[in-house]
Amino acid sequence: MMIYLTALATGAMFGAGLVVSGMTDPANIHGFLDVTGAWRPHLALVMMAAIAVALPFFQWVLPRLRKPVYGTAFLAPLSTVIDKRLLLGAAVFGVGWGVSGLCPGPAIVGIAFLEPKLFGFLAAMLIGMTLADRLPSPSAKA
Amino acid sequence: MIAMSIFGGLLIGLASVSLMLFQGRIAGISSIVYRAIFQLKFESWALTFVIGLVLGPLLVAALNGPAAPVFDLAWWQVIFGGLLVGFGSRLGSGCTSGHGVCGISRGSARSVVATLTFMVTGVMTVFLMGMVL
Repeated sequence: MMIYLTALATGAMFGAGLVVSGMTDPANIHGFLDVTGAWRPHLALVMMAAIAVALPFFQWVLPRLRKPVYGTAFLAPLSTVIDKRLLLGAAVFGVGWGVSGLCPGPAIVGIAFLEPKLFGFLAAMLIGMTLADRLPSPSAKA
Repeated sequence: MIAMSIFGGLLIGLASVSLMLFQGRIAGISSIVYRAIFQLKFESWALTFVIGLVLGPLLVAALNGPAAPVFDLAWWQVIFGGLLVGFGSRLGSGCTSGHGVCGISRGSARSVVATLTFMVTGVMTVFLMGMVL
């Protein structure tokens, strides 16, 4: 039971952070990516603030812990290979991020606002994910 | 605006710490959403997390008064952008949160490269759209 409650609370904290920071507003993303135009660097602060909290934990606290509070092991991606999938995937993601000014978090947060265009984005995103699954996979992925 | 950016970022960072501490998982939204919808039987907590993602903003709206963002996006941007974001995050094993926050914090070279890559193509895309539209 507690595993669900903590997941719920953690999700709520993440969602609140996305809204408060302005990540859910496409105008802010476009402003951030518009380096050659009217650049608004605020979103760099969002990322830096998040990393300022997460980095010390991942680097110095996590290695001293044996297992998570409600789980058997800390799971992190095993792959360390910088391959074509990673580069192509990230490049395509960036184009989609630039076109829409939205990333996956705001697509979910959009459900709260009952905004039809965000539902459209979410549906298209899920279709895009299943399309990527149809590509031949070089290794079994979790 | 600057204070809110930092405050929101701190919340995102805290949530990333919390998910690793309690669940032992990376707070990568694209893969959590994928699991909540396509692999729920393996990771049942993922759906609760996604419900939280919706409830958090509602809580903020309740405290702050309704402040639904204004979306002046065209439908083609929403659909085309959504397809690419879904395809790219799945192929590249992560998005802004998984690579941009957690991955960089873990010191993952893959995530640093992925984050730089999507920033560069994002900037190029917005630049090109500004020239064409």
